[in-house]
Amino acid sequence: MDKKIVIPGDLLSENTKKAGYGTYVKNDKIYSSFCGIENLKEDKVGVIPLAGAYVPSVNDVVIGIVIVVTPSNWIMDIASPYDGLFHVSEYPRRVESQEMPEILDVGDSVILRVKDVDSSMKVELALRDSNFHKLKTGQIVEVEPVKVPRVIGHGGSMISMLKKETNCSIFVGQNGRIWIDGKDEDVELLSKALRKIELEAQRSGLTDRIYNFLKNERIRQKESKPVKFFKSEKKDVKLAEEDHPEEIYRKIDVLLDPKN
Amino acid sequence: MSDKPEKLITDNGLRLDGRRADEIRPMKIEIGVLSRADGSCYLEWGRNKILVGVFGPREAHPRRTQRADTAVIRYRYNMASFSVEDRARPGPSRRSIEISKVSREAFEPVIMAELFPKTAIDIFVEVLQADAGTRTAAINASSVALADAGIPMKGLITSCAFGKVDGQIVLDLNKEEDNYGEADFPVAMTQDGEITLLQMDGHLTPDEIKKGLELVKKGCKEILEIQQTVLRKKFETPVDETAEEAADTAETENKVVEEEASLEYASEAAVVEEAIEEAEELKKEISEETAAAEVCSAEEIPEFEELEEIIEEAETRVDEEALEEVVEAEIEEEAEEEAFEEEAEFEASFEASFEEVSEPEKFEELEAEETVSGEEKMKCEPEEFIEEETQLEEESGIEEIASEEVFESELEIESEAESEKELSAEEEVEAEEEVEAEEEEEVEAEAEEEVEAEEKKSEGPWKVVKDPSESGSRGENNE
Repeated sequence: MDKKIVIPGDLLSENTKKAGYGTYVKNDKIYSSFCGIENLKEDKVGVIPLAGAYVPSVNDVVIGIVIVVTPSNWIMDIASPYDGLFHVSEYPRRVESQEMPEILDVGDSVILRVKDVDSSMKVELALRDSNFHKLKTGQIVEVEPVKVPRVIGHGGSMISMLKKETNCSIFVGQNGRIWIDGKDEDVELLSKALRKIELEAQRSGLTDRIYNFLKNERIRQKESKPVKFFKSEKKDVKLAEEDHPEEIYRKIDVLLDPKN
Repeated sequence: MSDKPEKLITDNGLRLDGRRADEIRPMKIEIGVLSRADGSCYLEWGRNKILVGVFGPREAHPRRTQRADTAVIRYRYNMASFSVEDRARPGPSRRSIEISKVSREAFEPVIMAELFPKTAIDIFVEVLQADAGTRTAAINASSVALADAGIPMKGLITSCAFGKVDGQIVLDLNKEEDNYGEADFPVAMTQDGEITLLQMDGHLTPDEIKKGLELVKKGCKEILEIQQTVLRKKFETPVDETAEEAADTAETENKVVEEEASLEYASEAAVVEEAIEEAEELKKEISEETAAAEVCSAEEIPEFEELEEIIEEAETRVDEEALEEVVEAEIEEEAEEEAFEEEAEFEASFEASFEEVSEPEKFEELEAEETVSGEEKMKCEPEEFIEEETQLEEESGIEEIASEEVFESELEIESEAESEKELSAEEEVEAEEEVEAEEEEEVEAEAEEEVEAEEKKSEGPWKVVKDPSESGSRGENNE
């Protein structure tokens, strides 16, 4: 592979002006500060880290989970060393502090935009656009934040492929939280695929690999289904009659899911 | 505790475990052994066994320990109670607190803590089995675990000890040498040789220390190489697997690509192959004009040299075979025309005969009945026959003419259709080339913007992300 793995302290370049992300300069030479992949460009030398925490930066779109409701703020966990503050005034209409838990309670997840990060890493959150994006259904999968670009793919190739192949709704937060929603088996398949992406992030041709993986899984699903059908032919009829309770179970599941 | 051996270094210069004075014990490092830790490392160095877990940067608790401008590094060295021969009393001791402190200070110069203000980076060291030199082993392991955790560092820290045994300076003491030797001198340094930890237990002269530091430098270099290879290997392994798997699955993947050639996920090479295949398929329909169009379109995008070459190849093939094809096609067309005419004649006659059977007969009969009402039937029949025959001849002639006309018009239609086909083929070819060009562009753009996309991930890719609110009831309610 042409991608060069670098580790902390590796010499990258002797041209100080080229220092990019993940590097530091010492004695007029550029060294790597991460374990990662060397990223050579015409005017920059950088390192793409292979691990690391998410550090919020302005205008990132993240998925946050409420951990504390204060009289004027929702304190959100944004899968980062720093908690985010979502102030009531960012909410489209005026909210009394007593009403706050009705809108967002501890454990609720929301899609938010990082409005501001100051030097002491106070993270202020705001609505991504004028709409309020509380996530009521679906589930949240967490991946390593450094692997978010892999989940999205070049120009969104991976994510659009995933969407097309699994018929799921996906939203990728830059903090590594991924919201997915769809049919149960589709969601299961998609979360498997996401795990695979996380595991094989540094491989080349990842989109093709995941595409083939999804195809194979689909084929396996299709193969296994007729067997089930034959085995539980009678049960199937019963199940059809019990459609109603199943729906209720699903609703209960949704209610019990702590992530909702 | 065993009694002191008579000699720690034998007469031929070898130590109790068979090493020379300047040799380190064999070292084995594993990375990523703890699933819940951000970074972890298991290290065996001789009979030392060390497990390190790194957590963070994460929120520092209690809050008063936070620093507004930098991350706090917390290093906890702990010996398991079973790590030594006599059970060690669990919990922090004077010794472990001291080692934690000096080890933390060994890492502070290299960890870029200022990038994570208000956070804590926790390093937990567990000594599972101790055999002298555990602090140096722990530092080596922690260094690898920190790199595994993705914590920015200026370089790896390596650590090694030297000591004085039987009046001789030796590298990397083991348990007996440590217990019965005269001095122990652990050192930790960066890869540039800057010392970040230096302790001494025992008595040494300045000359001995100088000699020992030279030894330690050599030892640290060896250890650094081990650490580096392990770290590189961790991230390179899957890539190698990919190559192998690619070799294994190359055929199957190719098949898949062939099957789904029209999909946008097909690789670049597959796209080019596809283009060639389709070009060959289209050869019959590609006239010289299309070839010219190809030239034009190829000239319009001179950047894609590979593609151009391929297209040129295809063109040459087309040019060579195009004439033959045209000639063949003409011959075929002529043959087809003849066949058509024959068929038409046959059909005409058949239709005529059919008409003769159905309509004319009745007509004739009616006429016969009307005109030759007075005549007898016996006389009528032969006349009818004659008339029928003549009419048949006439009709069939007319029909033939008509059918020829029809056929001609059909031919015209066909030729029009063919020309349309050609046009559409041209369009297809152009469209395909455009697509190819776009794909190539995409590939190049991807190669260039690969990291831009990853660094500026807030820009492009987000437009593709489907807004959960658009998914209607599955999304969320806007209040």
